Amino acid sequence: MQFGIFSVGDVTTDPTTGRTPSEHERIKAQVEIAKKAEDVGLDVVAVGQHHNPPFVASSPTTTMAYIAAQTERIILSTSTTLITTTDPVRIAEDYGTLQHLTDGRMDLMLGRGNTGPVYPWFGKDIREGVNLAIENYALLHRLWREDVVSWEGRFRTPLQGFTATPRPLDGVPPFVWHGSIRTPEIAEQAAYYGDGFFSNHIFWPASHTRQMVALYRRRFEHYGHGTADQAIVGLGGQFFMRKSSQDAVREFRPYFDNAPVYGHGPSLEDFTSQTPLTVGSPQEVLERTLGFREYVGDYQRQLFLVDHAGLPLQTVLEQLDLLGEILPDLRAGFAEGRPAHVPEAPTHGSLVAAAGGPHDTTLHAVDDVTGVSV
Amino acid sequence: MRIVVVSAGMSVPSSTRILADQLAGAAVGALHGPVEVDVVELRPLAHALADHLLTGFPSGELAEAVELVRHADAMIAVTPVFSASYSGLFKTFFDVLEPDLLSGMPVLIGATAGTARHSLVLEHALRPLFTYLHATVVPTGVFAASEDFGEPGLEARVGRAAGELATLLMGAPRRRARSVEDGFDDPTPFEDLLRGA
Repeated sequence: MQFGIFSVGDVTTDPTTGRTPSEHERIKAQVEIAKKAEDVGLDVVAVGQHHNPPFVASSPTTTMAYIAAQTERIILSTSTTLITTTDPVRIAEDYGTLQHLTDGRMDLMLGRGNTGPVYPWFGKDIREGVNLAIENYALLHRLWREDVVSWEGRFRTPLQGFTATPRPLDGVPPFVWHGSIRTPEIAEQAAYYGDGFFSNHIFWPASHTRQMVALYRRRFEHYGHGTADQAIVGLGGQFFMRKSSQDAVREFRPYFDNAPVYGHGPSLEDFTSQTPLTVGSPQEVLERTLGFREYVGDYQRQLFLVDHAGLPLQTVLEQLDLLGEILPDLRAGFAEGRPAHVPEAPTHGSLVAAAGGPHDTTLHAVDDVTGVSV
Repeated sequence: MRIVVVSAGMSVPSSTRILADQLAGAAVGALHGPVEVDVVELRPLAHALADHLLTGFPSGELAEAVELVRHADAMIAVTPVFSASYSGLFKTFFDVLEPDLLSGMPVLIGATAGTARHSLVLEHALRPLFTYLHATVVPTGVFAASEDFGEPGLEARVGRAAGELATLLMGAPRRRARSVEDGFDDPTPFEDLLRGA
């Protein structure tokens, strides 16, 4: 089982000091946080993609490549790559390049995650959100699997004899997760391709997550990728830890009350009871997290939101230290009773092995007169 | 047969709830066979409604109220008139319902106010709201100003409206729109999604 962190890269005023970090600070903080995540033993760090203030995460592969260059082991991922408004050709090229640079130490999570005003900046319409996700991914899927693609769709200019370069590392495309809060069509899409399904989990009650994951598992089996309990499931999670619960609640409350998504709404106490948010001691976070599998089954990836809502960098790093302390117990707890036929999250290594070893798929151009490779 | 009554009255007793109960009682009388009536009072849901606006999901008793609406065959919706329209609380409840939850549902509308000068609120505010939500709005809506309570005219209007609701309920079965919930039970196959794109 993989554990990691995910963020959307927001620039938010610290409500306890009134201080707002600069974009520069936030971009550099993402790197510090990722390095710390590797230091404390986490497996995955995922960065967001947004194209409007208050976010700094407009260029995820740039950030991921920089982090990859300064780390050795941690897997780079996204939360999420906007499949609706990003040209699938650019996704194929950017993440294809990243895959080579990182020696396969990456994957990506696709999401629609945009507000209405963003779509027209990219020539799109939010009412077509689901259709964009479906058509764009269908093209991306082909670009990584077919050397020469001719394609025509509704949302992009047609392609004639197009080759997305570089070709996937070792002949194996990056693993793809599909993220959603509450759109059954996205669970269906993930199931159809046998890709991973990531339930955001943190903004809605567990009953909805259970429903989404159950649908994905059922349809994963329907499409012949394995049994339902072999489907590749990821979950979001959210915590704030201090040694004592009282300290955690006291310190986190102003951040919660003013948070961009749910702030000024439900009380901290209501929201912790309604969603997976846990504010308390490491032991409480450990127990709550181990409880997630009671309603989604044994799963593959657990990502936590720790860097958000104006929390100072130092506090975020302390949260990662605390997460590192409970990590061995999390690993042991999730391993307990886990059936042998439930797979781990696919990695580049496991995908290459499943494909029978690495294959160089470089496409050498051919002189169309002489037929000689050039 | 299940009727859900939505009342946005603010006080106890409230004239809005009294009108809602009269309409529900008359509807039960006009229908043949067993009728289950559930009442959703919006006042206790005020906090949950504000939370829903911000979080996007219904909590606790609001979630239960939404389920009552989901499983109802008909609705009786009654609001006090605030500033020449339905109350904000009343509107918020319908703002947070999933799209198409009321699609095809017979809805009997009612309103109360301190003065009869507001009587057209049913026609300029409530009826367009429920038409937008694709409900089948009963032709007779019932407005009651303070002076109407106890007058025989109100009772007659209540009876006529309830009779019209019963006629709608006993007619052709309701055609429900496909909901988000249906998407979980019976997902659209991916080949169809791909064709749609």
